[in-house]
Amino acid sequence: MALLQIAEPGESTAPHQHRLAAGIDLGTTNSLVATVRSGVAETLPDSDGRHLLPSVVHYAADGSPVVGLPALTFAESDPLNTIASVKRLMGRGVDDVKQAGGYLPYEFVAGNSDMPLLHVRGRDVSPVEVSAEILRKLRSRAEQSLGGELQGVVVTVPAYFDDAQRQATKDAARLAGLNVLRLLNEPTAAAVAYGLDKGSEGVIAIYDLGGGTFDISILRLNKGVFEVLSTAGDTALGGDDMDHLLAGWLMQQADIDADAGHGQRRHLLQLARAAKEALSAQDAATITLNREDGSAWSGSLSRADFDQLIAPLVEKTLGPCRRALRDAGMRAADVQSVVMVGGSTRVPQVRERVAKFFDAEPMTDLDPDKVVAIGAAIQADILAGNKPDDDMLLLDVIPLSLGLETMGGLTEKVIHRNTTIPTARAQEFTTFKDGQTAMSLHVVQGERELVDDCRSLARFELRDIPPMVAGAARIKVTFQVDADGLLNVTAEEQTQGVTSSIEVKPSYGLGDREIETMLRDSMDHAAADRDVRRLREEQVEADRVLEALQAALATDGDRLVDAAERRTIDAATAVLAEQRNGSDYRAIKKAIEAVEKASSGYVERRMNSSIHEAMAGHKVDEFRS
Amino acid sequence: MAADLSTTHFELFGLPPSFDVDMEQLDSRYRELQRAVHPDRFANASDQERRISMQRATQINEGYQVLKDSLRRGRYLLELGGYRFDDGQQTNNDVEFLMEQMELRESLGEAREADDAFAALGKVMDRIARDNERLTGILQRQFAAGDPCGDGCSDCIAETLTKMQFFQKLQEEAMELEITLEDEMG
Repeated sequence: MALLQIAEPGESTAPHQHRLAAGIDLGTTNSLVATVRSGVAETLPDSDGRHLLPSVVHYAADGSPVVGLPALTFAESDPLNTIASVKRLMGRGVDDVKQAGGYLPYEFVAGNSDMPLLHVRGRDVSPVEVSAEILRKLRSRAEQSLGGELQGVVVTVPAYFDDAQRQATKDAARLAGLNVLRLLNEPTAAAVAYGLDKGSEGVIAIYDLGGGTFDISILRLNKGVFEVLSTAGDTALGGDDMDHLLAGWLMQQADIDADAGHGQRRHLLQLARAAKEALSAQDAATITLNREDGSAWSGSLSRADFDQLIAPLVEKTLGPCRRALRDAGMRAADVQSVVMVGGSTRVPQVRERVAKFFDAEPMTDLDPDKVVAIGAAIQADILAGNKPDDDMLLLDVIPLSLGLETMGGLTEKVIHRNTTIPTARAQEFTTFKDGQTAMSLHVVQGERELVDDCRSLARFELRDIPPMVAGAARIKVTFQVDADGLLNVTAEEQTQGVTSSIEVKPSYGLGDREIETMLRDSMDHAAADRDVRRLREEQVEADRVLEALQAALATDGDRLVDAAERRTIDAATAVLAEQRNGSDYRAIKKAIEAVEKASSGYVERRMNSSIHEAMAGHKVDEFRS
Repeated sequence: MAADLSTTHFELFGLPPSFDVDMEQLDSRYRELQRAVHPDRFANASDQERRISMQRATQINEGYQVLKDSLRRGRYLLELGGYRFDDGQQTNNDVEFLMEQMELRESLGEAREADDAFAALGKVMDRIARDNERLTGILQRQFAAGDPCGDGCSDCIAETLTKMQFFQKLQEEAMELEITLEDEMG
């Protein structure tokens, strides 16, 4: 085993060893991977020099996935086995998909939960699995280009993604074998990429119009801290909608029936997109389309006509802008600059309208397609421990309120939208029947009064409540939202201190067991492989525990740990160090738990001590001693 | 040992327990505290450390939210002094205030039917915000007048807080309505 090196807290214990980390922008239309090399954040190209990976997965005749540009070529010829814009389906329900189904040319099958499955090549795949294919591709691109295994990644999500959509994204990364350091909101990533923490202070807005999602975030910058004040948006609004409007216009112009085939639809969408892109630079676009019967149609579209066509869409983005401002307690005039993110902000009308709304010239210096991945790479580099001196900190908010279903199908808000995360809220419940031992909670996310108008996240079954007379039990349910914006629910019966077990049924996601099965499947079914993976996972965690603890003890062990405690910690550490090199993952897990138990008092004191240090110099005498 | 989970929000931020809080100081201490404990600072730490860091970051966020908001800060101060609110039981006998409530509620209902519902709604929200500001001023004077839990003044402060709560609830309803209207527009 390597000798442990001594380092400052927060610093990598091996200062000369650069940990490979990457930022991934998993986009609706395109995806990118970026990393920091020699201090410069840059997106990584494939072997042909292309940075953008089309977020398209084609399933070949033998069922094997083809990802990116080669998959895109099948979009027209084999639309049913070629999945594009899968991000729109992440964490979504069958009903949401049906609503959008008018232009999604796939065969959907209802899965176990309400999550839709896509029927391709005689089998059903979940949107999570499709996304994992894209992530695998990016992972191998990064690992080839960096020459080693990625230690951790930051994956970006639209700020307005709800819990189910975030969880689905994290699950996809897990399936792709990636260690997720953080799910980062796309607008925040963009602000990081612009280096807005360096020097500038004040309030900025980030307007992010991508292929399929729209986000607006209001941020306050102060000495390296990015504090998100509010965020709003629409997870089903983006440049794709412009394409669909334009495709609809083309169908009218060229007399194409509404029941046109999948291939024809794809053709129309691709023409629409090309025309939209052309109109960002020109005043008119010429379009030639081939009908299914072999005939052709040719015509022209002016910028003015296009603007008129998409004006309602652009206008629709301003509602969330107003709401975000109000939630932040700001007026448009308070906003000093507006950062433009997402390919759709290339559309001139979008830029003009946003400039007018905020009365500020939009910032467009960085490539709007790459800016999010670059910001994610910078954050990944810091989180991996490669920049111990950087004091950048990102404080995000939960975009949508979390609530519980109450009597009559109404929602009661538990955590309000735009609350800074991590955050928690405890609520007490009681039984209404004598001897009741179970209880069910329905957690929803959204702002509306009726449960049906909100998004169902999960149903929690509380069991093992000690039997008591009705109303005597006091069950404290804690809703904890972590820094990734993901919800975790725990429950405890207060009068007897019994922890109730919770079974979670995610409404649109995958259960832990399903993920486990998928991971297993991807590991060739063999039980041996599964054990190898578990062993590897426990070894990684063991290394992390040992490294972190040694580094901590070297810094303040003398001050915060007495001799007896130190002996207990050292004994537990020695056992772990030995087990770590063995082959029994269960033994490693046990040894980790023993170390955690032995050091828990110390870790707690350490955290208190850093709080003290942060406050040092301020009227310390006001602290209760 | 101070700064554990039982520390008051004021102690945590090193501020005197008072209704008058120096917002700039609060903001900057909040940033310093988060810099020390935020989970991003522990991305490579053990699960245990990350868990504790999340708890502490949560505690700091909660404290910041309470101290920043005049309604929550006011309630918190009274509670620290031993005052117990019996939510839902409080009745308000201020006729003028009740009239205004009804009037505002009515205009909220009318806004929904207005030609430009968003503009009408915006007007109602502005008015609620002004009322809230006025009440914050009253609250400030009431707290400044004396020790809130020693001299029997707690009840009048509690009444102001209850009024503010009405307004906050109404403001939330207005915002919900705005989102509903947006959703309905499609």
